[in-house]
Amino acid sequence: MPFGRPLLPAMRQDRGGAVLLAGLVALSVLVPLLNLAVPPGSPWHLSTYWLTLLGKYLCFGMLALALDLIWGYAGILSLGHAAFFSLGGYAMGMYLMRQIGTRGVYGDPVLPDFMVFLNWHSLPWFWTGFNHFWFALPMMALAPGGLAFVFGWFAFRSRVTGVYLSIITQALSYALMLAFFRNDMGFGGNNGFTDFKDILGWDLHADRTRVALFVVTAVALAVSYLVCRAVVDSRAGRVLRAIRDAESRVRFLGYRVESYKLWVFVGSSVIAGLAGALYVPQVGIINPSEFAPINSIEAVIWVAVGGRGTLIGAVAGAVLVNYAKTYFTGALPEVWLYALGALFIGVTLFLPRGFMGLVPGTARLIPADGPRGAGRPIRSELGVSAEGKAK
Amino acid sequence: MSGPPPELLGGKALTLTNLTVSFDGFKALDGLTLTVEPGELRCIIGPNGAGKTTMMDVITGRTRPMSGTARFGPAIDLLTLSEPEIVDVGIGRKFQKPTVFEQLTVFENLELSLWGDKSFWRSLTTRLRSSQRDYVDDILAVIGLASQRETLAGTLAHGQKQWLEIGMLLMQEPELLLVDEPVAGMTPQETDRTAELLTSLKAEHTLIVVEHDMDFVRSIARRVTVLHEGRVLAEGDMSQVQNDPRVIDVYLGA
Repeated sequence: MPFGRPLLPAMRQDRGGAVLLAGLVALSVLVPLLNLAVPPGSPWHLSTYWLTLLGKYLCFGMLALALDLIWGYAGILSLGHAAFFSLGGYAMGMYLMRQIGTRGVYGDPVLPDFMVFLNWHSLPWFWTGFNHFWFALPMMALAPGGLAFVFGWFAFRSRVTGVYLSIITQALSYALMLAFFRNDMGFGGNNGFTDFKDILGWDLHADRTRVALFVVTAVALAVSYLVCRAVVDSRAGRVLRAIRDAESRVRFLGYRVESYKLWVFVGSSVIAGLAGALYVPQVGIINPSEFAPINSIEAVIWVAVGGRGTLIGAVAGAVLVNYAKTYFTGALPEVWLYALGALFIGVTLFLPRGFMGLVPGTARLIPADGPRGAGRPIRSELGVSAEGKAK
Repeated sequence: MSGPPPELLGGKALTLTNLTVSFDGFKALDGLTLTVEPGELRCIIGPNGAGKTTMMDVITGRTRPMSGTARFGPAIDLLTLSEPEIVDVGIGRKFQKPTVFEQLTVFENLELSLWGDKSFWRSLTTRLRSSQRDYVDDILAVIGLASQRETLAGTLAHGQKQWLEIGMLLMQEPELLLVDEPVAGMTPQETDRTAELLTSLKAEHTLIVVEHDMDFVRSIARRVTVLHEGRVLAEGDMSQVQNDPRVIDVYLGA
């Protein structure tokens, strides 16, 4: 759906997207009803536990969408997207910490508990403004977007591609994790932020607030989907796919490949950051382990499982894998990591297009053939692409 | 869109004078002097290592010569321009190995090759104007792929990919086309079709074709230049060249 085309006719052509949007609308109606209107004793009641889980899945769906935009369409495999997710989450966390006020353990009206504990006497300069939502909100996009801009500007200008880029995104996330673990960084060290009280004056522990957060997340996911769809359906989207397949040829046509990669990378990191910002008030905690490499890798698995280069496949993969994770870690906790590994290997070997490859009519979106096609996501990205070898 | 033929604009001749390129002492070009008139279809032949590809590299700005000049028309000094600037002044090059965007349709391949603003923000919002759409369809007809408009380029036959690549060059509306081994690996039918295509282009474009296939060269060229060891060995029409004893000695006889 290129920008400026009416929404409805465009959705008619994008059946997968229509299904996703319809599903999100249904969830936004049903979830509040089943949680708030149906009494807790009824078999139709949706517990707050499940409400929170569903909200989490949708946040992960946004993260997967962001990753698919750059990996599925531009061939940029980021193994550090959890960093952008976490930065958005920390920006939200800083706002929520400032809302605690005198209700903290130490009752300091300005300083969060961990600062009092560390014997700090004033807020560090970078906490300025985070007591205002109007300031914190743009920061949830600007912090991850700014980092992505600086990182991408250097990486893409130096023409770092393929496996090398993946490794340095991983290193970036790991470095941030180590930094955020340090107490003197001013972000709560290994405990991070927790014990939030309210958001915009609404009690975070009230079901109504949680339902509202869920609906906001569903809307954010829908809007993110429409933005990503508009980008990949525009001419810029076709240039990105061309970059994925034959980067130097695109450059030869006169396109500034670096700038295309940079802007789509920044856009993707902003979506990831907003997903993190919505995630934190729902799960009630953010700490440095969110930066852990395994989180970024899991997000890549969601996209691969769902079907790379399809957008909706990424969202479906995120929800599916995380539901499986919830189930396994509850029923058979010791099996989960093996199951995840087996799923990933199985999908790579037998379903190169992910589960979306099983849906008829999507072949045009996700071709499986071609030496550097999207169909062999892992093998072609992890170091053996012809483009990578030449460099 | 494609404007009047270059001859009406007083089209530009390509003039190479005394070009010398040396790689670690090996002279890939050794005082090469060559002129190609506007609207001409010139074939360049010569054994491996004769300097054909290096000559193309110098014209397109990929390689800088140690000495000599390369001019496009009286005013443009190619040696001072960067690769994209050379594309801008109207020189397009088709490489030996076709690189089309396999996951895009034939139409989309041509669309991305369209002349115009190529910045990210522009291409995010731009739509094809109907005149541009018509131009793409014109080129599709010229390269004979009109019925493959919506086909993924990756599924085209080898010859069709070569034509698509020529089409992508034409989208940039070049005045001078450099074509490297267009019929390598083609079936006889594809070769014939390519000969027709290149011949049909020479009215509005100047073409330089490097090719090994002698039958093909005979079928398209009026003027042939034979390169040998970085210099022009002989120049003339095909029969003159073929009967030149020096040429027979180094190339055709072999």
